[in-house]
Amino acid sequence: MHPAVSIIFFTAASGTGYGLLALLAAGALAGHLAASPGFGLCAFGLGLGLVGAGLLSSLGHLGHPERAWRALTQWRSSWLSREGVAAIATFVPALVFAGYWVLGGSISAAAAVLTIVGAVVTTICTAMIYASLKPVHAWRNPWTVPIYLVLGFYAGALWLALLVFAFDLQMPGVSLLVAMLGLAGSALKRGYWAFLDRGRADSTPETATGLGTIGKVRMLDPPHTESNYLQKEMGFRVARKHSARLRLLVLVAGFGVPILLSLLANVSGTGPATFMSLLAAVLGSTGVVVERWLFFAEARHTVTLYYGASHA
Amino acid sequence: MTSLPASPGAKKLGLVIDLDICVGCHACAVNCKEWNAGGHSAPLTDLDPYGKDVDGVWFNRVHSFEAGDHDCGRTVHFPRSCLHCETPDCVTVCPTGASYKRAEDGIVLVNPDTCIGCKLCSWACPYGAREFDETDGVMKKCTLCIDRIYNETMEEVDRVPACVSTCPVSARHFGDLGDPESDVSRLVAARQGYDLMPELGYKPVNKYLPPRMPKRQAAPALMPSEEVAAKGFLAWLDRMLSR
Repeated sequence: MHPAVSIIFFTAASGTGYGLLALLAAGALAGHLAASPGFGLCAFGLGLGLVGAGLLSSLGHLGHPERAWRALTQWRSSWLSREGVAAIATFVPALVFAGYWVLGGSISAAAAVLTIVGAVVTTICTAMIYASLKPVHAWRNPWTVPIYLVLGFYAGALWLALLVFAFDLQMPGVSLLVAMLGLAGSALKRGYWAFLDRGRADSTPETATGLGTIGKVRMLDPPHTESNYLQKEMGFRVARKHSARLRLLVLVAGFGVPILLSLLANVSGTGPATFMSLLAAVLGSTGVVVERWLFFAEARHTVTLYYGASHA
Repeated sequence: MTSLPASPGAKKLGLVIDLDICVGCHACAVNCKEWNAGGHSAPLTDLDPYGKDVDGVWFNRVHSFEAGDHDCGRTVHFPRSCLHCETPDCVTVCPTGASYKRAEDGIVLVNPDTCIGCKLCSWACPYGAREFDETDGVMKKCTLCIDRIYNETMEEVDRVPACVSTCPVSARHFGDLGDPESDVSRLVAARQGYDLMPELGYKPVNKYLPPRMPKRQAAPALMPSEEVAAKGFLAWLDRMLSR
């Protein structure tokens, strides 16, 4: 599948934003985070900013962005519509939660709980847009939703850790949280990639054409000489060698190094800790973006079976 | 509303495509383009039509495949267009309600006035039936020539999709596949018409008729493979003799 920059940024940024908002709410509810206005302003600014920027970016690839409001109407059947509704609905408790924190210096438990629920539901809806597509074997599987959730929380935790160290707050569990989410995320990605390398779609050139009763099906002539929309949108292919290197990059630079840096930051002074957690957050988020690029680039669509692909 | 019709009608208009007869002349694709460039979904934009990087929207594409080997092999020309599925995900994924399936005849259409051009429906279609129009910013697809089949200003004989009317060898048939007594349903029954990618559960309305195999090959006459997967002593022997 074609890895559109606007969609990659949307899923990565809004996932991170929701992860950060949910962790802020969870940390406050658990009593690990006090409602200090300066920290709150930065944390909510970053979280809501990432969510907002992601949502705006998702409009970037629309043919008619001015009609985007219509996408809120079909929540009965469409995960994309549900995502839009959930995303907008989540702004309400998140803004109330942020208002109490930044302006009032207090924690609204109800708003915090609803923020967590909204963040998790929206991220699940985002993942389900892809996980519900039957023609894409790499997406329609049980890995997609947990990966979106855990990676959103992981990236959110990295930025939360940076803010905690930068404001010199006492939240001793934050490095451990980063490490645990990072380990869970990398384990899920390894499992997913093993699944991807092992299995193939049920659909084949034989089922796509129904000519399997005659024998093996090969493309003889394409219907046209130049690439069409289908091939550009659905036929994107990434060299295997390329993807193997990028997977390694995600595991080492996206998970391994940030986890180590976070743990090191936990035992360092404020200055070095802030620097290390900044580096960890930037590396981890870059890893999530590369991971999301691979999520699209490695996915094969059944329509390619009509254009000479031997499997999907 | 992009939910599927709660009570779909009995009528299921669609096409039956005879892969035994199709000669791969692309006339159906060309006439489809010609009619629809001025029809319901007009224009069917072409980008850089006389330049190096030609691109454009078509509702019908004719692929050519080889199936099988040796004596059993066949070249099969394979027209591919919207199958107007009974349970099409391209409709249900639509966030705006622009994509819909008509209860009265099962035709799947896009409303170009409410489509936001998010392209998700084209991802949800396993068959590649939908093509995005860059110029209009909306998704386009086969309408089953809705502006011909109900067009009372045309002669009755012409009230069929453009691809059907133009096929020089009558490899394409149009009719009500929901009526078991219709000509198309009888044809499907007689010739074991089948669905494409039935494993995905979209329940296509359009059916394909398989190529007839020559009589002398009624029984599969594949050449036995010369490659024998030898094991143990035979594998050793094979290696020794291969030196």
